Amino acid sequence: MIIECKHVWNYISDYLDDSLSPATRDLIQRHLEHCEICSAILDSTRNILVLTADNRVFELPVGFSDRLHARLAREIGR
Amino acid sequence: MNTEESTRDEAQMIASILDGDTEEYHKLVKPYELSVYRMALSFMRNESDAEDVAQEAFLSAFRNLAKFRGQAKFSTWLISITLNEARRRLRRQGLVQMRSLDEGPGETARISPALLRDWREIPSETLERKEICEMLREGIDRLSPIYREVLLLRDVEELSIEQTASALTISTASVRVRLHRARLMLQKDLAPKLKAATPMRRWFR
Repeated sequence: MIIECKHVWNYISDYLDDSLSPATRDLIQRHLEHCEICSAILDSTRNILVLTADNRVFELPVGFSDRLHARLAREIGR
Repeated sequence: MNTEESTRDEAQMIASILDGDTEEYHKLVKPYELSVYRMALSFMRNESDAEDVAQEAFLSAFRNLAKFRGQAKFSTWLISITLNEARRRLRRQGLVQMRSLDEGPGETARISPALLRDWREIPSETLERKEICEMLREGIDRLSPIYREVLLLRDVEELSIEQTASALTISTASVRVRLHRARLMLQKDLAPKLKAATPMRRWFR
């Protein structure tokens, strides 16, 4: 069975979460093997999510931890 | 999330805190500072309000610790408290209506990803460049709230679909739909920008 690119895009998120049924997963995988556009979409999505989750993207403001623990100590005791 | 959590017995720590050892609370929450702040920032959108919300969330979690039954992970519970605290603050600021007008594309409209013919993996060392981190933060910030929150919980805080659903009090089916759309919108927005900002021959410098 052949599946169109547009339909493949509907499954990208579930594919990344590995929550597709084996039959659908197989169908998508076979499409990806010969479609460079869908492969690039999948790879770029995965890549962007990995980068986004990196602890360097959002950083704590300088002194955040000191201020937090000082307040906790003040209000709940040490 | 921080990996320290797996090697320590949080249930035991919580029992000690409830017995009066408040010092232990400082240790309990230490690994979650970034997660809580990051969630608060995604709602409040300025550092100072986000820091206030984060502090209030940690205090509120302490005061309500006896109600934590261990049915969820402590980190998941803490994040739910942070979301509630942020929403409470936004309501007080009267910003909720304004924000709900900005839900972005309807939940049924189809999202098309950015079409690229090739994608060369962008290695995580690229994040040493401040402007790349900023590009990613701005991309997340441009998502409307309902998409931003699922993406952050699932892909940044690495909660499961079920935990994300329970933190947001929505169904797992809604989480899946929103997550799918959030991921594609982020790809559509960021893939071309990141590609342009990281020309191949400069990658390994």
